[in-house]
Amino acid sequence: MSIRQQVLVLYLSNSALDSPVVGWSRYDGTGATQPTTGDSDEPPYPDGVAALRDGWRLIQASQLLPPQPGVEYGTSFLKHEFFFEKLL
Amino acid sequence: MGTTLLTSVQLARFVSHGYLRMDAVVPDEMNQEALELLPNGIPDVPYGIPVADAYPSGSFPRRLLELPEVAGALQALVGPDPAVDHHAVHVREPHEGHAQALHGDAIIDVRPDAFDVQLMYYPQRVSPDMGGTLVVPGSHLRRTNESDTGRYQNLRGQTRLVCPAGTVLLLHHGIWHGGRRNDSDLRRYMFKIRFNPTVPQVRLWDTADMADPEVAAELSRYFPWYEQATGRLEIYNRVLLWRALTGDPSFDVEHWVTRVTNRPALSSAPSSALRSHA
Repeated sequence: MSIRQQVLVLYLSNSALDSPVVGWSRYDGTGATQPTTGDSDEPPYPDGVAALRDGWRLIQASQLLPPQPGVEYGTSFLKHEFFFEKLL
Repeated sequence: MGTTLLTSVQLARFVSHGYLRMDAVVPDEMNQEALELLPNGIPDVPYGIPVADAYPSGSFPRRLLELPEVAGALQALVGPDPAVDHHAVHVREPHEGHAQALHGDAIIDVRPDAFDVQLMYYPQRVSPDMGGTLVVPGSHLRRTNESDTGRYQNLRGQTRLVCPAGTVLLLHHGIWHGGRRNDSDLRRYMFKIRFNPTVPQVRLWDTADMADPEVAAELSRYFPWYEQATGRLEIYNRVLLWRALTGDPSFDVEHWVTRVTNRPALSSAPSSALRSHA
């Protein structure tokens, strides 16, 4: 069987990878689990570095973008999004 | 039938959380009636019509809206004679295997001084495995469009509804929410009505406790999913909404809005200050 990808998305409190997790999502290409919306109240890791220590590979981090002029006080999507993968 | 208006502290809690929860406010006999009625659906009504035209006197929805706690909370949030935007019976099927994506209803809606309220009524007890509605406290002022938030599965401090029969939620239109996966053997019902205000939403509640320190405490609340910096912007935006709801343009929490809007004009400087720089 070919390699399958598991994806973990962590949303952190600030742009540092070792800041606390405030949100999380999981997608499982192996089919072994079926994560979905609202399925857990406790994050899988306390911060981003804890995921690295557990073998997750960081594959993408959100950019730091200056606020758009005129809407500096508006709030929208979570800013500090980190994508990790495991290959199984 | 009388009404039970909300207090200022309760309004402030709505402004911080984006919803109010009233447990078991609907009596058992009405809950039983609803469980017979809802499986057959409730006929649609035209968008934006008065409550009295949408729901004739004595009909189930009308009696639901006339319950004192429900009537008082709606009066406090959207005022007298709101229009019915639309209603729907929502069902989460047993063992359906998936959840709704996290979303806000309708489309992005950034009105700074008005909001719609959605009533969600749960006629049966909702146990942890029945997929009770996921609600993200304090998400209602985020500017996102419908299910663009679907990537977010879990956020710290989210609430996964578990409630007694007869529970009613009243939600700001922008709140992030979704029906969770129902892992039980029971169909789960929820009846939703969206209301549009027809009057300015200014001081519609019992304002006797406006100076209660709990008002500012509620408006200062941080939620566990807030990022460190953006959490401060949430307080800023709540202050603006509270100013709109109270008609008090000077209200603030910890100087957040006052500080960044302070732009003294040259003509406002005391003459002594001008001389000292001459």
